[in-house]
Amino acid sequence: MNDSAASAQPGQENAAYAGPVVALHDVSIAFDGPPVLDGLSFTVAPGETRVVLGPAGVGKSVLLKLVNGLLRPDSGSIRLFGEEITQMPEEQLFPLRTRVGMVFQEGALFDSLTVRDNVAYQLIQEHIPDEEIDQRVRDALRFVELEETFDLYPASLSGGMRRRVAIARALIRQPELLLYDSPTGGLDPVTSTTIIELIVKERDVYRTPSLMVTHRLQDAFNLCNHRFDAQLGRMVLLPKGETDSNTTFLMLNEGRLIFDGSLHELVKCKDPFVREFLE
Amino acid sequence: MRYPVDESSAELYPGEPEDAMAIRAIEMTAKDLVLTVQDYFFFAQRALMNLFRPPIYWSEFLMQADIIGVGSLSIVVLSGLSTGGVLALQSAATLSAFGVTTITGQFVSLTMIRELGPVLTGVMVSGRNASSMASELGSMVVTEQIDAMRALGVDPIRKLVTPRIAATIIMLFFLTIVADACGIVGGGLVTVFMNHQNGTQYFDKAWEHLVYPDIIQGLVKPLFFGYILSSIGCFYGMRTTGGTQGVGRSTIQAVVWASVIIIFVDFLLTQVLLRFFPPL
Repeated sequence: MNDSAASAQPGQENAAYAGPVVALHDVSIAFDGPPVLDGLSFTVAPGETRVVLGPAGVGKSVLLKLVNGLLRPDSGSIRLFGEEITQMPEEQLFPLRTRVGMVFQEGALFDSLTVRDNVAYQLIQEHIPDEEIDQRVRDALRFVELEETFDLYPASLSGGMRRRVAIARALIRQPELLLYDSPTGGLDPVTSTTIIELIVKERDVYRTPSLMVTHRLQDAFNLCNHRFDAQLGRMVLLPKGETDSNTTFLMLNEGRLIFDGSLHELVKCKDPFVREFLE
Repeated sequence: MRYPVDESSAELYPGEPEDAMAIRAIEMTAKDLVLTVQDYFFFAQRALMNLFRPPIYWSEFLMQADIIGVGSLSIVVLSGLSTGGVLALQSAATLSAFGVTTITGQFVSLTMIRELGPVLTGVMVSGRNASSMASELGSMVVTEQIDAMRALGVDPIRKLVTPRIAATIIMLFFLTIVADACGIVGGGLVTVFMNHQNGTQYFDKAWEHLVYPDIIQGLVKPLFFGYILSSIGCFYGMRTTGGTQGVGRSTIQAVVWASVIIIFVDFLLTQVLLRFFPPL
């Protein structure tokens, strides 16, 4: 996205707030059975990228939905941009959610709308003039290298292209927080790398705090040991031994947080489950 | 909090006697039913209240009015014509036994306008539109499009449900008028071409005995039926779980419940309306 697009909708409604973007304290949730998440506490600081690791079905997607207020916890506290959202009425959550960009597992594009209308969905609701919308959509699609899909419907896109359009939709309003729900799930390694490259590019260009859920260790490591090179226009490997200091890891197992720390701490962790997951 | 009602719930209490398990299953089913009814009333009330608070999505409303109203026109015309024709055919034999075949027109018009027009149109439109609402919204739920809409800061009830309810209420009102007119015309065609009676007499009688209370009764009902069928269709769509199989289940539930409740509410409404407008 170019500078004009970025400045047109800065999305910095709460610029005065300097605390954690997301703060969970002792959060638990269950659905007709044992807890899916049990006593979870962590924070996401401004500019920080947190990668949530864990096996399939451990509650990673539920965690993202809790952070965005799409689900309510049974107990505990969730603060988003400093505001307690666990008891907040749905009507008050809508304006708060416009400050968050969320990429769903399968993209969740509206199949009755074109790519242009999907990416511009929030802007259309805000009655922004068509010319400006077209420009900003083209900028967002250019960011994910899919400008040629402007008039297409989601049905005619591949799985990887859908995820990239979903990323463009999440980015168009320059959100203050990004939530990625298994953005590479079900994709081939080449397409997965393309998606991770976009996430690295977003992290290093806009420095938007983000929470990325994945069960693919390779993607998590790629995110941590690469940086985006604006000159080359692609991500490059960091020198050996160096990692992105703002990218840290969380690991879930059986609904509980069993690890919270950097990549170095993760690879040295003695927890048997972490060891098994890594190996 | 939802309660499990399937067989797997038995596993929660291993070793439980069979009779206790049966009682628990009944209890859970009853609780589930009460919760569903409660959820429905909250949902339907919220969707209706949105009509009186901005923003109102007029383009969605017009699109749904076209899909529901114009799209249902052909089935309403055909079913209206056939029902009126059947009424004329069936009544002719009985009325001729009493030598009063001249009142066929009156019989057909009153039956269509007071009862069959609204109920038949409601049930036909349920079959077509409650099912499509449930399957469309259900598909959006299972593909996370509804969650995506909420995540983008848009209220799906306001954006998707309220325009469907408003469009159904308004269009069902007009479709009922069309069904009534087609029924009377269908009865007239049968009277003239099959029963070989006088057409002028049929239409004279159909008109002569019609009074405003009959028309009011017939046009109040579709307002309720439209609300019922659209809110039930959307309700089952929005609470879909379980992938594509769940979408099919929601669609069936929406059509069955919408049709049954329309017929039941018709019974209640008729009693109330007959108190206000007693037969002459």
